[in-house]
Amino acid sequence: MYKAAVIGDSASVSGFAALGLSVFRETEPEKVSKLISRLAANDFAVIYITEPAAALVTDTIAKYRSCKLPAIILIPAIEGNTGDGMRALHEAVEKAVGSDILN
Amino acid sequence: MARLNVNPTRMELSKLKKKLASARRGHKLLKDKRDELMRQFMNLIRENRQLRNEVEKAINEANRYMAVAGSVMQREVLETALMLPKQEVELEVNDKNVMSVYIPEFKPKFRTEDTNDIYSYGMAFTSIDLDGAVSALSAVFPMMIRLAEVEKACQLMADEIEKTRRRVNALEHIMIPDYEETIKYITMKLSENERSTTTSLMKVKEMVLKDSHHYH
Repeated sequence: MYKAAVIGDSASVSGFAALGLSVFRETEPEKVSKLISRLAANDFAVIYITEPAAALVTDTIAKYRSCKLPAIILIPAIEGNTGDGMRALHEAVEKAVGSDILN
Repeated sequence: MARLNVNPTRMELSKLKKKLASARRGHKLLKDKRDELMRQFMNLIRENRQLRNEVEKAINEANRYMAVAGSVMQREVLETALMLPKQEVELEVNDKNVMSVYIPEFKPKFRTEDTNDIYSYGMAFTSIDLDGAVSALSAVFPMMIRLAEVEKACQLMADEIEKTRRRVNALEHIMIPDYEETIKYITMKLSENERSTTTSLMKVKEMVLKDSHHYH
């Protein structure tokens, strides 16, 4: 059985604990990066990460992009949306189609 | 276009003809694969965008509740309230094969039967906004799982489409023209050889006739 995790600052991710997701309150680049690697190796199928936290570890996230698991999904932090999640989607389109056709 | 470095023999010619045929066939198949992947990708990306909009909106909503809860309650109380969750979620992962891209499908399994049983705290010492935040998150959770599925599928398919597109291009613009050119080269070379043999034969014949019959 696989598990799901949420990574980000305490205020943004606490609520997810109630849903039964594993919550990791981590906002330092190295720690987040190590944490992602550890989770990926430990049967975590989905990792939700807040956009500000994800911005610190873009390399690590890019590394797992072409792996089947885990799926690393950006979610907005408590400060609001930075648009990084949507940007990743546009990047995927650009990669596949050759140009960003989603206006 | 570069001609391949092969000897102009019949052997090579028939080998190359076979290679060209399979390259053409491979090209057609890969092109079909690319088109079909692209079609499915466009559907997925549309769903992905819509889901992401909805999930982001819902999480922002929940975060607003959370911010209010955080301001009316003490940080510690809030953390304590959420410290021991009642609910636990596990994911069942199945593979789905879409045009030989294996994409994961997630099926959440909750520990407790009742998915509404998510409040891990008594109602007495917590703000109502915390309830709002938790219930908003719980409502959006199925969508978040679907988002994870779709987003992962999009990433994997984008990779595969890129790879397939490169292969199609390599076949179309490099391998097939190279084969064609080499085949043409060998054919010309062979027929040139034939002509040269014919002419020398004619020459020899002439010489022989001249010798035996004293023709001029």
